[in-house]
Amino acid sequence: MRTLITSLLLLSAFGWLFARQQVVGTIEKNPGKPHVAATDFRGAGAAAGLVGDFNSTVASDLQNSPLINFVPKTLYPLQVPQQPSDLIAGVTQPSVRPTNPVGNRLTDWSLPSITANFLGMGYSAEDHGMFVVFGWLYSTSPTIPALQQAQVFGKVYTAPLTREGAIDAGHRYAADILAQFGGKSLVGTRIVFVSNRTGSKEIWVMNWDGTDQRQLTRYGSISTFPSASPDGHIVAFTTYANGYPAIQMMSLDSGRRLTFYNQRASMNAFVTFTPDSKRIIFSSTAGWGPAQLYMANVNGSGLRRITSSGAIEVEAKINPKTGTDLVDVSGRGGLPQVYHMNLDGADIQRLSPGTGEATNPSWSPGGDHIAFAWTKGFEPGNYNIFIMDVASRQVTQLTANEGRNENPTWAPDGAHIVYASTRGGRSQIWVMNADGTNKHELTQVGSNEKPVWVNAEQ
Amino acid sequence: MTKCRASLLPIFVTLLVFAAACHKKAVPPPPPAPPPPAPENKPVINYFTAEPTTISSGEPASLRWSVTDANNVQIDNGIGQVSPNGRRAIYPTATTTYHMTASGPGGTAEADATVTVSTPPPPQPVRSQPATTVQDILAHQVQDIHFDYDKSDIRPEDQSILQADANALKTIFSMDPNFIVQIEGNCDERGSAEYNLALGDRRAQAARDGLVALGVPADKLHTISYGKERPICVEASEECYARNRRAHFAAAQ
Repeated sequence: MRTLITSLLLLSAFGWLFARQQVVGTIEKNPGKPHVAATDFRGAGAAAGLVGDFNSTVASDLQNSPLINFVPKTLYPLQVPQQPSDLIAGVTQPSVRPTNPVGNRLTDWSLPSITANFLGMGYSAEDHGMFVVFGWLYSTSPTIPALQQAQVFGKVYTAPLTREGAIDAGHRYAADILAQFGGKSLVGTRIVFVSNRTGSKEIWVMNWDGTDQRQLTRYGSISTFPSASPDGHIVAFTTYANGYPAIQMMSLDSGRRLTFYNQRASMNAFVTFTPDSKRIIFSSTAGWGPAQLYMANVNGSGLRRITSSGAIEVEAKINPKTGTDLVDVSGRGGLPQVYHMNLDGADIQRLSPGTGEATNPSWSPGGDHIAFAWTKGFEPGNYNIFIMDVASRQVTQLTANEGRNENPTWAPDGAHIVYASTRGGRSQIWVMNADGTNKHELTQVGSNEKPVWVNAEQ
Repeated sequence: MTKCRASLLPIFVTLLVFAAACHKKAVPPPPPAPPPPAPENKPVINYFTAEPTTISSGEPASLRWSVTDANNVQIDNGIGQVSPNGRRAIYPTATTTYHMTASGPGGTAEADATVTVSTPPPPQPVRSQPATTVQDILAHQVQDIHFDYDKSDIRPEDQSILQADANALKTIFSMDPNFIVQIEGNCDERGSAEYNLALGDRRAQAARDGLVALGVPADKLHTISYGKERPICVEASEECYARNRRAHFAAAQ
């Protein structure tokens, strides 16, 4: 009996391995989504040394997208097309189907083992001291009769003749591909965060892919809790630079300090902006007692109290879609939980399940989901990232057994989440897909926390 | 363990033997003849000095002396009778000569020690004069108040600490009416930084409210929250967490 079970188990294990080997290359990371191949571009002249950065950027963006399945480059033919004139029309008849697909015959890219629905191709060159890329996307469908009709787009990308320029061009080309499949581009978006790499907590900003990390504040104090206006122009944060924790506003374009009237209070903090970037809600102890939510104009004038709960009210986040409701973290029921209310403080409902501590809520751009940090059934302080469908209250866990994970913020494309994790020891900024896959680290120097994804400037 | 005991045993035995030997030695031989009665010597003042011999007004100095063959040693200037060998702190505000009289069966001896007080410096602002003392009281007598996790109410067992703090703070404010104390609310590292900023604020307020109820003037107490930004320890242990859940008292900047 026992032998029988063992051999059955062995057999099924072999069967599984065999089945897995057979489908290599067609495993769908994102089931039901189109399969996209993108060739390595070649570069002429000074572009030759930079096109590698372009290619790895495109591959990484496509690989990390939940909207498509990126076909691994190892499956591509040795010879790949570089421009439309390289392409051969027509369909290879099944009877004469070659063992290896012919790279220049467009529809061959739809055959096993590539099985791509779309093909990205192109080349780069140096032109007048600029890095110039010609990029195309074609449908490989055998049912499309002519090459002309198979072309989805063809564009020219111009960037400085630097590594950063090549990476930027890569992001733009990948974004144009993903835009075909409903992707909102992250090009031009930035991440504001807190870093102690200079010895004290200061506000920093970087491109959304982790490049070009720059220091915004130089107070040598504690500057933390950043947030950004939806128009991408203003970063708000809390600083002890003048002694007491107070709000400060800064122009992201110029780095200049903007006028803000702080309430006379032992603390003013945690700014959230209305969708039109004209008004804010923040936490203040201006009315004595525990910190409560107040609404004001973006310069701090026109103050109006929203909550009077008698318990701590922090981390208000206005729904970016509706602008009429918000979530916050409140101690009104005991340990901190995420609550939902209208902008006037009415219709309060607890959103988080109620066990443990739930904190750091963040809206998806569509206003239908929140991401938050929750201790669930774990010990205090053991936070993980969860998302919740606000309508159904369905909760999905995105991190587990990977250190302390906090401060999730949704990317403007709704498909990525940036957060802080201690999985490698010190806290660092990480990005993952909104389904918890493709986690990768954006910072390495010092300790980094409280990331906020900033929309491209509008 | 066994090895250790085995090696200790001979030492122990040796010690016992020695102890027995000592004890035997202690049995007194017949006492020697009592010493002849001391001659009636005149008292001798070995030394009687002031250290330092020159001070500024308000600074302390000390007198040191050693006297033999005296049964009554007196120092004037309000000090009175002292033991034959001794030391005394003095706070003369003007140049003073201290006169010592040592008397005994053999007679009397006298000596002088002078402390020169230099011209007093221009008067200091009221604040700086007692500042060191006020800071000392703040540092050593005003203790932190500790809190339970996610709580900001004063625990019953901390009420006596709060009372002692109130007394010390009242002393401070009576010594220096311009002194302001900053109450700093802190949290352990487990809660979110955001919630802890507000919780630290509650803890500082709770300590302030408690002190005001005990008669400490409210306008002398400022509050600030550092949330979990300024821990005094960083270990992931309940002991460290408990130390960080505190209201701390510091001089306002």
